[in-house]
Amino acid sequence: MSNTIKRGVSLYSYQNETFQGKMSLEDCIRTSAALGAHGIEIIGEQTFWGWPECGVAQDDVDNWHRLMAKYDCVPVSHDFMLDYKRYKGREMPFDEQVASVKNDIDFGARLGMKFIRALVSIDPAVLVAAADYAQEKNIKILIEVHAPLHFDHPWIIRHAEAFEKSGSDALGFLPDMGMFLFRFPPVWKEKFLRIGVPKAIADYVEQAYEDRVLSEYVILNVQQMGGTGPAIAMAETLRHNAAFEPKRMLDYMPRIHNIHGKFYQMDEEYVEPSIPYDQIVKVLKQGNYQGYICSEYEGNRWIEDAQEPDSVEQVRRQQVMLARLLGESVEPSLNTTVAA
Amino acid sequence: MMDNKMIVEGSLQREEGGFSFLGRLPYYRGLGLSMIEDIIVSVDGAAIPREAIRFSVRGQTYTLDEMETVYDNRWNFGEKARIVALNGGLPAGTHAITFAVRMRVSYLPFVPTTKDTKQLALAA
Repeated sequence: MSNTIKRGVSLYSYQNETFQGKMSLEDCIRTSAALGAHGIEIIGEQTFWGWPECGVAQDDVDNWHRLMAKYDCVPVSHDFMLDYKRYKGREMPFDEQVASVKNDIDFGARLGMKFIRALVSIDPAVLVAAADYAQEKNIKILIEVHAPLHFDHPWIIRHAEAFEKSGSDALGFLPDMGMFLFRFPPVWKEKFLRIGVPKAIADYVEQAYEDRVLSEYVILNVQQMGGTGPAIAMAETLRHNAAFEPKRMLDYMPRIHNIHGKFYQMDEEYVEPSIPYDQIVKVLKQGNYQGYICSEYEGNRWIEDAQEPDSVEQVRRQQVMLARLLGESVEPSLNTTVAA
Repeated sequence: MMDNKMIVEGSLQREEGGFSFLGRLPYYRGLGLSMIEDIIVSVDGAAIPREAIRFSVRGQTYTLDEMETVYDNRWNFGEKARIVALNGGLPAGTHAITFAVRMRVSYLPFVPTTKDTKQLALAA
């Protein structure tokens, strides 16, 4: 079965290794390409030292293009940050925010990206003001729709209305699949148990999530069960996560151009126990989605206190899962060692 | 995030008027220095005053107050900065170093403080 959904990796996934210098940029790109994930997404400030305050040397940009060509990869997205709290005690003025976005558009264009990712807290008017410039540079600015926000939230609707009113095709959405969290992730529960949450409370929170109980009721109940500190923190994760419906993406498909394949853990059977990728891929096919799904491993921070994350193995498992769901005939595998 | 990787093992050394170690930003990206709200250091349970701390990257050294208005330099992702504490010095031996960073992150609805404690040896 053929389809037009393509596989990619956000190099965010390898952060545990790159932070410690255990994987180079080339290692990340070679590993992703070996898995058949030829779309490469980056957080500019993670992959390129110096960006944005100190700029990036042309040699580093040339090296990026050399690696893209060497491993037959495609630059997909430069995820930018826009630190509008750069100045202590005052927000960055509007015009400076727009100029900052234009600077990231330029950087995205230098890297050959199709998209730049905007964080969800950014004022839609800032993005609208940068849209014509993005269009000139052949870049689309995509706002990341990320839990606890979702496609029915008024803030996202405000963005959608602003995008429609602008009439610009250079503005769109990048949904993060973490918003479809249909079960409490086992790695989260295990972490909360390790930091002292009583088992009875952890079991209750997990079940309450499964039962879709409103977060505020769960928090109160945990307080009344005698929960303090980490137990309250565990209950409060329900404020920031919910099992929204993948089909809510369908109304927005014309403006959805990239997908964050968020995952917290992939088990040995190639299943993400908390995010319903089978349903997600079905919806994306139904919506005739033609972009990349970029792996975004975020289990690292939930296990690093107990074990060294193996980001490459986690990404490999997710890529196997995606290839199966997309109906690909060849199973992704790693034939080479990660570090050259 | 990256909590247990903040203090670099084996990096404790003497400085004129104090000691130093290598520290990394507990974050998945780098940050402009103006957004480092505070760096908190203690040694063997004794807090170092804020004004006695220096931050040094790529040959540039700053007080924490100076960093608040530095808009042209960064603490990059995974970059090892030298954290200097001007406490008058440390005796040789093993010391418990605690290192915490408070960051102003535009998109977060809270101001995170992340902390690491490690036992580091200072040679005689």
